[in-house]
Amino acid sequence: MEGYISLFVKAVFIENLALSFFLGMCTFIAVSKKISTAMGLGVAVMVVQAITVPANNFVYHALLKEDALSWMGITGVDLSFLALLSCIGIIGALVQILEMVLDKFFPALYFALGIFLPLITVNCAILGGSLFMIERDYNFGESVVYGVGSGFGWALAITVMAGVREKLKYSDIPAGLQGLGITFITAGLMSLGFMAFSGIQL
Amino acid sequence: MSAVLGDELKNAILNDATKKVIVDPLVNNNPITLQVLGICSALAVTSQMSTSLIMALALTLVTAFSSAAISAIRKHIPGSIRIIVQMTIIASLVIVVDQILKAVAYDVSKQLSVFVGLIITNCIVMGRAEGYAMQNPPLESFMDGIGNGAGYSLILIIVAFFRETLGSGKLLGYEVFKLTKDGGWYDPNGLMLLPPSAFFIIGMIIWAVRQWKPEQNEAVDFKIMAISHGEGAQH
Repeated sequence: MEGYISLFVKAVFIENLALSFFLGMCTFIAVSKKISTAMGLGVAVMVVQAITVPANNFVYHALLKEDALSWMGITGVDLSFLALLSCIGIIGALVQILEMVLDKFFPALYFALGIFLPLITVNCAILGGSLFMIERDYNFGESVVYGVGSGFGWALAITVMAGVREKLKYSDIPAGLQGLGITFITAGLMSLGFMAFSGIQL
Repeated sequence: MSAVLGDELKNAILNDATKKVIVDPLVNNNPITLQVLGICSALAVTSQMSTSLIMALALTLVTAFSSAAISAIRKHIPGSIRIIVQMTIIASLVIVVDQILKAVAYDVSKQLSVFVGLIITNCIVMGRAEGYAMQNPPLESFMDGIGNGAGYSLILIIVAFFRETLGSGKLLGYEVFKLTKDGGWYDPNGLMLLPPSAFFIIGMIIWAVRQWKPEQNEAVDFKIMAISHGEGAQH
């Protein structure tokens, strides 16, 4: 249990996907102008991450890993090079299914999150989470915790960023730095702040 | 026959339109500083020049070949499943790159870790496939891929140049500044090796490019008024 808690804290703060691995930066910069939209996207990322990381974990361990097919009586087969293709396929399919389920059963939620879902398929944070899960060899329980934690960390980062940017638009910024430039520098300062957590030993 | 084909190919490569397709994304329409695409990996791999060069090469090749392949079958892809078709083509190319890297340069592939795989979701590749290759013939799409890959590579190389020289006093592993710990004069700036420095450098590059080309400036969404000192004379 303690291991899971420290994994969660690590995924949220110390190894924040957005601010220490720069994942999902394109959407992070493009959709952080308003707190409400940023929060919507953050929640959507968290939900998708919590579903796709365990799903990819399951498929990887059941089908792709070296000797994973031994339950079918096939040994000595290593399909782990297909991990990239299977990860992105599973993410694309799950996002599509999630969209349909939300549309059918939770229309209110669909209207809040719906526009963000197609964006999420090509969000590096989602694929990055699954690839980190494979690289670090998490088991199923850890992958659930890591999925929720890393998604939450990303949501936290984009919401804070949107808060800063909402205030920032009233500042007198040099013309060339307006918009994209100052956003990068703000993200850098936030990333410095998050680095303060890196001294924590878990 | 082959001479004619050779001439045609040469014309296609050297004419002005193709040149524009290649040169435009370098500064005027740079994928990173103007289109805000593909930033994720641009920041993560740039603490060393060698990893950035390999990443830049890998991305350029994947963009060029995926654009060419997608453009070649663009008239046969049904509209409703085009994203998944593009994804499959891109993912297959990335797997090839990943396997080659693992076989030829294992150390670098370990350093790049997940970022080679993340070329799949790099917005530049998808963006060019969707925005250019779906409407244009294969050869031009290939050139467009090379051009955008080069624009991305340019930013990557600039960032890596500053981060590696200032952060560790080396470039491509060769000594540029002699460090104080080896009896030299340069005290390395540790911040340059940490993630935040990449944000600062890209922010500065954007600023510099926009000073040079003011038409790239963004419209302000809140105009700041000068305070007139004539009123409120009580203070």
